[in-house]
Amino acid sequence: MNIVVCVKQVPDSAARVVVEEGRVTWGDAPLVINPWDEYAVESALQQQETHGGNVTAISVGSENAKEALKHALAMGCGNAILVSDPALANADSLLTARVLAAAITKVGQVDLAFFGRQAIDGDVGVTAAQTARLLGWPALTLVSVIAEIDPNSGKIKIERSIEEGRQVVEGKMPAVISVVKDIGEPRYPSFMGIRKASRAEIPVWSLADLGLEVSAPFVTWPEMKNPPKREVQTEMITGESPQEVAARLAEKILAEKVL
Amino acid sequence: MADKVWVYIDQFKGQPVAASWETLTAAKNLTASLSGGVTAIVAGSGVKAAAEQAVHYGADEVFLADDASLMDYRAEPYASLVSGLAKEHKPEVILFPTTTRGRELAAMVAVDLNTGVLPDVTELELQGDRVVVTRPVYAGKVLSKAVCNTNPQLITIRVRAFPAPQPDPSRQGKITPVPPALTEESVLTKVAGYTERSGGVNLNDAAVIVSGGRGVSNNPSLTPPDGLDERQAEIWRAQQGFKLVGELAKVLGAAVGASRAAVDAGYIPYEHQVGQTGKVVSPDLYIACGISGAIQHQAGMRTSKVIVAINKDPEAPIFKMARFGVVGDLFEILPSLTEAMRIRLDK
Repeated sequence: MNIVVCVKQVPDSAARVVVEEGRVTWGDAPLVINPWDEYAVESALQQQETHGGNVTAISVGSENAKEALKHALAMGCGNAILVSDPALANADSLLTARVLAAAITKVGQVDLAFFGRQAIDGDVGVTAAQTARLLGWPALTLVSVIAEIDPNSGKIKIERSIEEGRQVVEGKMPAVISVVKDIGEPRYPSFMGIRKASRAEIPVWSLADLGLEVSAPFVTWPEMKNPPKREVQTEMITGESPQEVAARLAEKILAEKVL
Repeated sequence: MADKVWVYIDQFKGQPVAASWETLTAAKNLTASLSGGVTAIVAGSGVKAAAEQAVHYGADEVFLADDASLMDYRAEPYASLVSGLAKEHKPEVILFPTTTRGRELAAMVAVDLNTGVLPDVTELELQGDRVVVTRPVYAGKVLSKAVCNTNPQLITIRVRAFPAPQPDPSRQGKITPVPPALTEESVLTKVAGYTERSGGVNLNDAAVIVSGGRGVSNNPSLTPPDGLDERQAEIWRAQQGFKLVGELAKVLGAAVGASRAAVDAGYIPYEHQVGQTGKVVSPDLYIACGISGAIQHQAGMRTSKVIVAINKDPEAPIFKMARFGVVGDLFEILPSLTEAMRIRLDK
């Protein structure tokens, strides 16, 4: 099977992200592969191990995003492609999806394209569905289990996590799959994998390489700000016994009138 | 002539979800300054009652697509339906609740209509004919104002960001039946069934959440059954701790949450995780038990109205966000708190 996995580079989830002079900054916190996308890489590699074929990691970003791709390579992806272009500096989700759909088409003969559920920077969470729509492929989003894949007939059966539980869906490949954490813990890069990734030459595609022309993004972000400080006066509840503490705490909670 | 502001009514098995009504409130806020009413879209099979409910909750007109092919939510036929109606009637704004379905639909409709989408919005403000929204990004560490510069402006409203209106059963509205956009044969997916959640309250729209962290396994006085290795014994201990969390949750009608540490350690399934890589929640009451309060976790619960922290470690960062704090052993406090609440709430 020919598999693509789309990854993004984001500030580490432990980063203290703040707005300074109108700009978002995360200090010296590292940029890492989006944690959700590691699950997508894991799931893609599992399918490749079962059915054979190759996994190509694709990222849209600056030159620096090659580091996220190297992480995917170190985990076991066969090759990686960076799509980078100055015209993509303020890309919105639809533009990013257009670029990914074009890149997936250029890779050619792709059976499955994997995504994480959302990127932890913009928290937009629509790229997988939009890419699927552009490609005209089924969007199998928020997948927790890939129950069945038959590369010959193209049949695929998955379970999706929804608010009410899980929905079992059957579809046809080629398809887009976005995964959630239940899909399985991502593997650590192996020593050999890290060595291979560090030597990898990652090709960079421009918009011209994809035959895309870009108009202004539909969505703009006129202002970033820090959330209001949580004005809270902490009241410590103490007592002679757990029962006494619990009784006092219960009264305090009820007095807040939130129950 | 349909209205300028539309709302997609999300339903599961024919029952609209509460977030749909909250979204109607958000729409009404817009129409207060933008002229006209609110048009709702109801899609499904056997959903006429849902369309009538939408009127009771404030819709002035409803497009009702009631067809066997729309029995279960599937992205493709639902998106084509909404896009088709929007192409024909040209609304200026379409609001969706930020459920898994609403977010996905908005994403696809944006592709079909070649416009932008603003997901998971907590505030709206009309400036001229543009809706300027506020979206939490970086899991709420930063707030972003955002604008969609093309029409229709597609916006999904965060669950619990707006109150649900009071329904008025005497309210009248126009219900217009519309056909599905796709035939069953042209849809590439089939829904084979559901495995529904086994009881318990859904974290996403819970008004009260009781969460457990790494600390729930920290009870050395418990003796695990024979034959467990160290890791199994730890998980067994944690499960005893989560039992206490669950009992308090039951009395409060609350959902059970967990920190990433507790999920990663295998104490509880991932669907319970609150935080940047779990669920972002905003309940009226959040009780954190044995959770230290890593940035990652704070990002998922910082907008809770009242936070209560119970932790052994007086230095735990969670106390800085808490309205009430208890330094103590959750294995002693929780059963007493459950009992104290049971008596006071008369349960």
